[in-house]
Amino acid sequence: MKSITVSFLFLAVSITASAQSEKFTAAMQSKLEGYKTAQTPQDFLDMSNAFERMAEAEKAQWLAYYYAAHAQVIYGFMQKDMSGADAIADKAEQLINKADALEKNNSEISCIKSMIATLRMNVNPMQRWQQYGPASAEAIANAKQQDPSNPRSYALEAQNLFYTPAQFGGGCATAKPVAEQGMKLLETFKPKSPLHPAWGKMQFDMVMGGCNK
Amino acid sequence: MVYKINYFNFETNLEIMPRLALIITLLLTFLLSSAQTVITGMVTDNKKQPVPGASLTIKDTYDGATADSSGKFRFKTTEKGAHILIISSVGFKKIELPITIEGAFMEVPVQLKQEVNELSAVVITAGAFEASDRKRAAAVLTSLDIVTTASANADVTGALKTLPGAQQVGESEGLFVRGGTAAETKTFIDGTLVNNFFFTGAPNIAARGRFSPFIFKGTVFSTGGYSALYGQALSSALILESIDLPDQSSASLNISVLSIGSGFQKLNKKKTASWGFNYGYTNLDLAFAVIKQQQDYSKSPGGHNIDANFRIKTSKNGMLKYYGYYNSNSLAFTVPSLDSLGYRDRFSLKNANIYQNLSWKEQFKKKWRLNAGISYSNNRDDLKFGMTDANKIDVTLGNLAFAKNFDIENRGNYFNAKLVLEKRFKGLNALRFGSEYNHSNDKVNFILFSGQKFPSTIKENIYALFAEQDVYITNNLAGKFGVRAEHSEYFNKSNIAPRISLAYKVGKNAQASLAYGQFFQNPENRNLPALNPLNFQKATHYIAQYQKTTSLTTFRAEAFYKKYDDLVKTGLVNNQQRAVSNAGFGDAKGFELFWRDKKNIKNLDYWISYSFLDTKRDFANFPFAITPNFAAKHTASFVAKKFVSKWKTNVNFSYNFASSRPYYNIQPDANNAGKFVFADRGKIDPYHNVSFALNYLPKIGKKNAKSFVVYVLSISNVFNFKQQFGYNYSFNGQRRQEIVPPSRQFIFIGAFFSFGVDRSEDAINNNL
Repeated sequence: MKSITVSFLFLAVSITASAQSEKFTAAMQSKLEGYKTAQTPQDFLDMSNAFERMAEAEKAQWLAYYYAAHAQVIYGFMQKDMSGADAIADKAEQLINKADALEKNNSEISCIKSMIATLRMNVNPMQRWQQYGPASAEAIANAKQQDPSNPRSYALEAQNLFYTPAQFGGGCATAKPVAEQGMKLLETFKPKSPLHPAWGKMQFDMVMGGCNK
Repeated sequence: MVYKINYFNFETNLEIMPRLALIITLLLTFLLSSAQTVITGMVTDNKKQPVPGASLTIKDTYDGATADSSGKFRFKTTEKGAHILIISSVGFKKIELPITIEGAFMEVPVQLKQEVNELSAVVITAGAFEASDRKRAAAVLTSLDIVTTASANADVTGALKTLPGAQQVGESEGLFVRGGTAAETKTFIDGTLVNNFFFTGAPNIAARGRFSPFIFKGTVFSTGGYSALYGQALSSALILESIDLPDQSSASLNISVLSIGSGFQKLNKKKTASWGFNYGYTNLDLAFAVIKQQQDYSKSPGGHNIDANFRIKTSKNGMLKYYGYYNSNSLAFTVPSLDSLGYRDRFSLKNANIYQNLSWKEQFKKKWRLNAGISYSNNRDDLKFGMTDANKIDVTLGNLAFAKNFDIENRGNYFNAKLVLEKRFKGLNALRFGSEYNHSNDKVNFILFSGQKFPSTIKENIYALFAEQDVYITNNLAGKFGVRAEHSEYFNKSNIAPRISLAYKVGKNAQASLAYGQFFQNPENRNLPALNPLNFQKATHYIAQYQKTTSLTTFRAEAFYKKYDDLVKTGLVNNQQRAVSNAGFGDAKGFELFWRDKKNIKNLDYWISYSFLDTKRDFANFPFAITPNFAAKHTASFVAKKFVSKWKTNVNFSYNFASSRPYYNIQPDANNAGKFVFADRGKIDPYHNVSFALNYLPKIGKKNAKSFVVYVLSISNVFNFKQQFGYNYSFNGQRRQEIVPPSRQFIFIGAFFSFGVDRSEDAINNNL
């Protein structure tokens, strides 16, 4: 009798778990559909909050924290007055650290860390490039090491180089080869699941478009 | 550098959902929609202002919303019964609101409280200018600004003289702040007092600061109303914080027209400790051969400079730092004598200085912090005054021998110890308290030409206790309440000095501050021993400030009133000014404006400062209350910096202006013993100085560069303006001569190399 109860309990738990995971997948997919159309800063904040709600309810889904951090950092880049961007970077960092705790040494997470460093640098580039420029580059280097086939680390690197003046070792001369390398990776890149990140094309197009003018 | 805002977007390769899941979801949604509850409301702060962007979540569910730009929200949920609604927003305290979900529609009003944090809280800024890389409202300069201000010539205090409150005094060293003397500004490194911060100066020549600006990462220049943690300065405190661990091991080499030097910093593999050593040799022979000086040097200024440091990380937030410094320098010159035509006045100086500083900061459990430091310094000056004939052979002229031929030997030993404990409470509230001990032993030997000696020793021990409480009532209102008590052993007197600062946020980026404080300072040692018992000198500061800051601009307006009491009056004994009483007094009032802008003119970073000062005082040998000779009514500076990335060159420009200062020749009153009269008085010309500097960085941004190099060219007084600082008088007062800078213009050319250690070894090996 006892063993029957236990197995029944197991069954119940596994049904709940799979139901929950189905619920999560469905909700994530519908949010990710919506995320594609996000445009205004309010849209991105809204998305970040929605992903965070899912992440906090599930507690073990690093992807929800990943997208919450991603949307938060883009919300930061879209600020007109960058004086509030440090607080947004702090929030994005909190979210990505939670993702990091669930999924150690993940290349995608390192990419977000690089974006957060770039966001902090943008608050006051003249004053901060010496600190956050190398921090952003280091995060990209980590991302490459963790997964050499991840095109997003190349997308970020190409973009950073594109916006760095040629005199400082940036510009099209260095950005374009990185973008080309990344585009090749993106062609063959297969996300692990529909929920895993697959972006990058827009960044490559931006760099290539800017350099082929 | 220009960084455009990066706009990231992304795409996902969503595969078509399994149909079954979709159907189930739709079905469930349909079935449950009849049981949905719509929750609406508005999120406000404690002033009933809407909080846009707040996030609302029903705990442990996906349901929630983000408040719109007017703070309103609306969402649907299928949950029923007792739940917890979590509301959070950046800059506000997160709240958990128990709700019972029932019915088809419910309204939930939400009120958030602001979270007091360093990013959003008001900062107490009255009286203080901060140069650091921290994100604070008080930080109007960065540490890099200190070394790249054109008129500063890489001198720590040079850049501060372009800020409101400080005077453009060219004939002697130090910071003259808001009508105060240079002695009323004290300098602290890592918390402890620095004696002899400047090199020992020659008459009418301003000496530079001893310490390289590159060893400091943070500078707070308080022009009044400073914290109870510091004392013994009537006007101003200059608080310097030394650098922490370097990013990597490196070696450096510098060559300039004035000096050569080299050094290295070694960082251990775990990045927990570093040590370093620097040596420099200064010789101005070459510079003075090219740039003609007012003085005729038989020994141009020069000497040796050695410093060493170690820094050890004691815990995550703990650091033990040591900095030790030794310098020896000497100079000798003659100038035409005003007293006897055809003769020359001779001056020579030998100085040796040791400074050592050990500091420890640590963070303990339960939000306790410790800052402790000790510093020791020893200073030896040998000054010789005399006369020579036209061939520079020493002579003694009978009627002037007493006034013109003498030696002064100064031997100073100083020890300072300070302990500060800090307990942090909720928010940013904090209590700091501690004590300070200050020992000084000044031996002065005044030796007349006859060999007769007048030795004196002033031994002083000052004990201080202090406490200071930071109170953050809200993000918008903060106060700092402090008190400092001091006891002087030498004068056998004590004082208690209250200090209060308040700051109130008046707009998104604007704040208003008020400060009040009492400040006590010992009479200066050079006028001791006194003829009568003395007490502390006292200053009372009242400061009101308005500041508006964005990340790229700062505007600041400050008005102040400073009252001086118990200033030391002096009388003439053996041709020396000796303290007589505390009967002196004075006041200073004025206002100051500061504007820094990195935004409105493309690629240009500039600041403008203006000070208006109205001050009078009766102290030292002044016959009555007058505007002192070190105070100009109007002072202004314009500093501009531009990085031309095409040339990899930093172009720095500065213009400093001061209106006419008064000058006085004060002599004993022949008819009234003990009194003084003006033998001459007037006003000097206004002061103008335009400086220009270029820093060329050929290797900036080059990846895998083996070394980093900066070439510097700086020119002071580009337009060769005549600068006048006052007058020298003959002993009898009948002849006078203008005091002017040693040379009208100065040109500095130098190169600074640094190498990562591993690569510099390669570079050395390749050259062998």
